[in-house]
Amino acid sequence: MKILRLFAAAIIIALSAAPVLAAPAIKVGAILAVTGPASFLGAPEAKTLEMLVEEINAKGGINGSKIELVIKDSGASPEKAISFAKQLIEEEKVFAIIGPSTTGETMAIKNIAEEGKTLLLSCAAAEVIVNPVAKYVFKTPQMDKHAVIRIFQQMKKMGITKIGVLSSNTGFGKAGKEQIEKLAPEHAIQILVNEVYDKAATDLTAEVTKVKAAKVQAIVNWSIEPAQAIVIKNVRQTGMTVPIFQSHGFGNIGYVKAAGAAAEGAIFPAGRLLVAEVLSDKNPQKAVLLAYKKSYEEKYKEDVSTFGGHAYDAMKILEQALKAAGAGADKEKVRTTIENMKGLVGTAGIFNFSPADHNGLDLNAFEMLTVKDGKFTVLEK
Amino acid sequence: MFFELFFQYLVAGLTYGTIYAIVGIGFNIIYNTTGIINFAQGEFVMLGGMTAVTLYGFLPLPLAVIGAVLITMVMGGLIEMVFIRWLVKPTVLRMIIITIGISILIREGALLVWGEGVRSLPYFTGNEISALSLGGVRLSPQVLWSIGVCMVIVLFLNLFFKHTMLGREMRACAANRDAAALCGIPTKNMITLSFVLSAGIGALAGCVVSPITYTQYSIGSGLAIKGFTVAILGGLGNSMAAVAAGFILGILESFSIWVLPTAYKDAISIAILLAMLFIRPSGLFGNKEAMRLKDF
Amino acid sequence: MRTSRFIPILALLGAVVLVQLLTLAGGKAFFLTQLTMSAYYTLIVIGLCLLMGFAGQISLGHAGFFAIGGYTSAVLTTLDLAAYKENPLVAMLAKAGVLTARQDLYGGSLLSVHPWAACVVAVLLAFVIAWAIGIPVLKLKGHYLAMATLGFGTIIYSIVLGTQRFGAADGISSVPPFPLLFGVSVSGDSSLRVLNYYFAWLLVTVAMVLLLNLISSRVGRALRSIHGAEDAAGAMGVDTARFKLSTFMLSAVLAAVAGVFLTHYNGGIGPSEASIMKSVRYVAIVAVGGMGSLWGTLIMSVVLNFLSLRGYFGSFDDAVFGGILIVIMLFAPDGIIGADLRRLVGKIANYKQQNSNKSQ
Repeated sequence: MKILRLFAAAIIIALSAAPVLAAPAIKVGAILAVTGPASFLGAPEAKTLEMLVEEINAKGGINGSKIELVIKDSGASPEKAISFAKQLIEEEKVFAIIGPSTTGETMAIKNIAEEGKTLLLSCAAAEVIVNPVAKYVFKTPQMDKHAVIRIFQQMKKMGITKIGVLSSNTGFGKAGKEQIEKLAPEHAIQILVNEVYDKAATDLTAEVTKVKAAKVQAIVNWSIEPAQAIVIKNVRQTGMTVPIFQSHGFGNIGYVKAAGAAAEGAIFPAGRLLVAEVLSDKNPQKAVLLAYKKSYEEKYKEDVSTFGGHAYDAMKILEQALKAAGAGADKEKVRTTIENMKGLVGTAGIFNFSPADHNGLDLNAFEMLTVKDGKFTVLEK
Repeated sequence: MFFELFFQYLVAGLTYGTIYAIVGIGFNIIYNTTGIINFAQGEFVMLGGMTAVTLYGFLPLPLAVIGAVLITMVMGGLIEMVFIRWLVKPTVLRMIIITIGISILIREGALLVWGEGVRSLPYFTGNEISALSLGGVRLSPQVLWSIGVCMVIVLFLNLFFKHTMLGREMRACAANRDAAALCGIPTKNMITLSFVLSAGIGALAGCVVSPITYTQYSIGSGLAIKGFTVAILGGLGNSMAAVAAGFILGILESFSIWVLPTAYKDAISIAILLAMLFIRPSGLFGNKEAMRLKDF
Repeated sequence: MRTSRFIPILALLGAVVLVQLLTLAGGKAFFLTQLTMSAYYTLIVIGLCLLMGFAGQISLGHAGFFAIGGYTSAVLTTLDLAAYKENPLVAMLAKAGVLTARQDLYGGSLLSVHPWAACVVAVLLAFVIAWAIGIPVLKLKGHYLAMATLGFGTIIYSIVLGTQRFGAADGISSVPPFPLLFGVSVSGDSSLRVLNYYFAWLLVTVAMVLLLNLISSRVGRALRSIHGAEDAAGAMGVDTARFKLSTFMLSAVLAAVAGVFLTHYNGGIGPSEASIMKSVRYVAIVAVGGMGSLWGTLIMSVVLNFLSLRGYFGSFDDAVFGGILIVIMLFAPDGIIGADLRRLVGKIANYKQQNSNKSQ
């Protein structure tokens, strides 16, 4: 046993190029839905974090301290997220927790992080996570309401007032549906049909027929799972030619491939990661986006998605704050550093935090995109 | 407008129905030979679709489908030989639990092999937006493919079980395994064969519906619940009845959406199934007398 | 016979205290969090063990009853009736103590149902639903029973997931603590961790005493006869339908009680608690513990739930349960602990006999 341990220690020392007397490692926990029904969020998030931490440690860590990453796979179950959050805070004594991937889990552990005075950088989208503001809880994805407003603004330009809304029965679909219902009146938009479908649906022709019967001018679909590709396919198959608006959950090229010809012309708001190459060189995000995209795609041989970007932003915010707060800073100091952080360029947008805004992104974080020849491009105005 | 809508819902119902039916048929084969329900049937559907998508990377579509069916058949046979063949008179409870365990393992294995990504085969004819238009009512050609394949399978199974020696021997196994063995039927081989056959049919179903539903590692259990519902609704063991029940369930679901919120679609279809089980456990087309003779 | 039955109960209590002292001494007090959660899952599993192992009826929908308990309690205790204060019915309920005013985390005040009242409603609801579902469902056998209970579980899951009031996919959070005596409450507060641990295991112990008494009584013999040969039992005058139904209802109530308390302990509940995979896990635990062994089931439940909740299985959580299910059902359908214990007892008996033979 002892020999084994010595051996292991020898390997670790041999492998670490950093000076032997490094500062103690900073422990960062992550609770992500790597498997289970939200794995399309958690899996790229976990991969992104592993990649980033490797990069940071290869550069000698932050202020001389290495990052020690502890990833827990919650399978999108709140009860597991609760157990893991307590474990990470009380036993592992982590400095911060990145995740969870879904709103339900985040809400389940919001109070635990707050009581445990541990930073929580959520990768889930709903507004309730940061409104009302909890001192230690931040989130990196853009606001659903901003996505909805961008869509409604686009509709106004196109002269659309009567819409049909479809959403899936997941936290993502629910949050979008609520924002659409709330914001429609002030943008003079009339919702004629509003239906929720199952996230594991295999065909949605009947749901789509219901929308067709209502004679809408446009369809808004809010979901994050494969079903959204089925929706647009069925819409075109039933012969409807109205514009289709998708949510930022469409930001995965896999869905465009799956929907094929039906995806052409779909309009949706999204972070700029998906169109990094075609951005003008003046865009401040371009360098960050291309760097992330390149390293992720090289390492994992799969297309980058905006979801992984949320974890990327969370880690970057933490790294930046730790650096700015200086070596040996406590959680409280890092927390206030994040609260006062301005102009941090991330994949989702440019973050400007304040004590009242723990998301830090504005309407501008979204770009209106569309699909052309099976690729994402910026929508011509 | 009303008639157009009516028929459009009907077409939607047919689309659902054909998916349910083609999955439901697979349950009947193993049931016909062994009297057990294979809870992992949905996983055969998933495996078929996934394998076909992978093969399609370097083979033309027809070969990819055939290859996927063959590979899944081998898998089905292996699963039977490893997990079931050597059990001595397992109880129904034990068989249910074992097949549930198999389905979880296949699903998790598929997650390891293929990841969580969504794939699909291309449309057999046309593409994602092409549809046959019949006076305003539109239907994707893939639905016709599914219905066609479904019919061919039913026809084949009917001929096989009723008119070939092998088929009759397989049915004899289900009726009374000991008696069948005494008549010189190699019962164990028959059971392996039934797994091979139903895996093949499941895989074929997985390939045909893949363009419509997409294929993902977790798609199996959802499809299995619907297929299972249909198999029981029709009356276990009767493929033709399963197809009819599939269309009935699909059309009911589709029309339920016309009038009710869609969020409870599944709850409604399962409530129908439960009501059915309580009132007429032998299924819509099942024989009550025959039912009583079965040993559960 | 009677006294020997209480020795294991005392051993259980002793083990509960010992584990607490060990975690205290080892500086691992945080293990109690997962042990407490495991205790509530154990409550469901031993109820299911009675149903599966003794009455021989499978249920693939027991997570549904857990969800009925948890969600009812969560909805009622997070309901805000402050706007309806003037309503005579609300005022009357408030006076009777059924409603209680409290503050939420952000200082807003709420008027919601008292946790005790909510608990009573939740358990009654589970009781009634189990009764209504049980009568037709338990007439079915084999695959049909499995399918019907699976269907029940699926319906509960899709209702929970499709209903706005139940928080849809997000579930319900900020459920208040459940007040017990002397200012102690069931909640995730770390200062109450030890007390909560004892409370949860006390519940399990009470349930064990109840179930052990039940199976060694006339009811237990009747249940075993149903498991062995239902028709024969019926012919001997055992009212099989009634016994099956009451076992089903008892196990449903245990699941609902577990749901209520775990929801308050966690401060919330999500749809994953109602999922089919959860029901399958419970069945897996009963299978591993030995279909007819309450003690085996209890031990395996603690071990597996504890390991799973601490994340030792990582991304293979479901695969581990699937694997266990198959391996046990293939090689040891009587469970590992059950069979081993029996073998051990058998060996000791043999050994004694041999010894006495020798001395003669």
